[in-house]
Amino acid sequence: MNTLLEVENLNVYYGVIQAIKNVSFTVGEGEVIALIGSNGAGKTTTLQTITGMLTPASGRIIFRGEDVTKVPGHKLVEMGISHVPEGRRVFSQLSVYENLKLGSFTRNNKSEIESSIKRVYRSFPRLEERKNQLAGTLSGGEQQMLAMGRALMSVPIIMLMDEPSMGLSPILVQEIFHIIEEIKRGGTTVLLVEQNANKALQIADRAYVLETGSIVKEGKASELLNDEAVRKAYLAS
Amino acid sequence: MSFLSFLISGISLGSIYAIMALGYTMVYGIAKMLNFAHGDVIMIGSFVVYYAVTGAGIPAPAAVLISVVVCTFLGIAIEKVAYKPLRRAASLAVLITAIGVSYLLQNLALLFFGADPKIFPNVITLPALNLFGGQLVIAGTTVMSIVANILIMIFLMLFIKKTKQGQAMLAVSEDKDAAMLCGINVNGTISLTFAIGSGLAAIAGVLLCSQYNQLTPYTGSLPGIKAFTAAVFGGIGSIPGAFFGGLLLGVIEILSSAYISSQLANAIVFAVLIIVLLVKPSGLFGRPMREKV
Repeated sequence: MNTLLEVENLNVYYGVIQAIKNVSFTVGEGEVIALIGSNGAGKTTTLQTITGMLTPASGRIIFRGEDVTKVPGHKLVEMGISHVPEGRRVFSQLSVYENLKLGSFTRNNKSEIESSIKRVYRSFPRLEERKNQLAGTLSGGEQQMLAMGRALMSVPIIMLMDEPSMGLSPILVQEIFHIIEEIKRGGTTVLLVEQNANKALQIADRAYVLETGSIVKEGKASELLNDEAVRKAYLAS
Repeated sequence: MSFLSFLISGISLGSIYAIMALGYTMVYGIAKMLNFAHGDVIMIGSFVVYYAVTGAGIPAPAAVLISVVVCTFLGIAIEKVAYKPLRRAASLAVLITAIGVSYLLQNLALLFFGADPKIFPNVITLPALNLFGGQLVIAGTTVMSIVANILIMIFLMLFIKKTKQGQAMLAVSEDKDAAMLCGINVNGTISLTFAIGSGLAAIAGVLLCSQYNQLTPYTGSLPGIKAFTAAVFGGIGSIPGAFFGGLLLGVIEILSSAYISSQLANAIVFAVLIIVLLVKPSGLFGRPMREKV
């Protein structure tokens, strides 16, 4: 399998506090990789550093063989990295349709964009029902769908998802994870950050466990699911 | 008939405030900062027109065009040099920097152009409108101000609603990080906003100086503050707010100086602002601040 994304010895600080310590991992083409760990372990920081929302003190981020550590965030979207941020961050004053259109900002072919929007509507029929509604008036689950739909609109090679199941009802969590599987089947690579380690490990190929900014364990998701220490710390059983 | 003529004067002055208020409100909406140097960009733009017409003998329309270009680049340069390094700084630091830029521009103008008032050339040659058999005369400048304001508003509304760059502005104004994750160049969008606001400042400057016929390095100062008031009045960050805020401010100013007292006109304008803000703190068209969840 070809390596798609490689993170090498990443160190990130918030002022004097080190949030990420020497983190290295790889994501292969077509894989679903889960980053699990408790609150404050550095999962969100890792994703935000990859997509240029934060600047690392040292380390490299390599995407398709190219060092992209210093590439500005908006250019990464054009290169095929898409990020569904923590807390959804939909544009609440804009309509569902306008949000989706903004997701295709890096593309120019109007008819292709319209067919991408149709595809998103097929995956999330609820978004089509509410296409003219302001995003701020959607429920939490619908906003999550919109955030994912918006990220899909750039036709990403890899999709980074930060806590897509946070704050959702069990039925919606189920639905969101189905969509992630669908995205994977469509050939898009997924880097998934989750506190719901159980669910994440069920759909991931491989996983890394983060603890206070460092990777403490890695392996096949199925093996980590049965790992005694992981079960105790993150699966609460 | 005199009331009607005062009202039209008010709308005309208000139109100039509205065009200036756009610069404040757009920059605030997108960069979340008050660009207090905006009034002085207007003054610089007026000097460009003055020297182009009286010094170089360039025809007025071309001079205005040159002024728009100069102000556009001046706006971009001010943003790059003074404000961009402070993108993540406290808002007080940015505010003080903006006031500093304002004084810098005024003093540079003082140094290069001198303190003596210049007689602003007659650049708007539109004939006056004679209505009701000569009972109501509307000056060409007045007509031009109102028409320019309406055209600029329509153009901006269409630009924001219909173009990709306009939508990018809305996205950046709401959430810079989320906009970046959509592939939008946030810094480029902020530059564009300054460019548009400052280009409009040049137009506002020409209209303002044509109405008062006088130009000094302080010409932009008080109208700048009033335009800022108009933007707050309408709801800072809102484009229709700038439009109606500007018009209302102009009408209140002219009507109070006509019927109450010309010395108290400014005081009345600001008193009305205080009352509006007490009743509706977000301004006439402003959205109430909401906590992010």
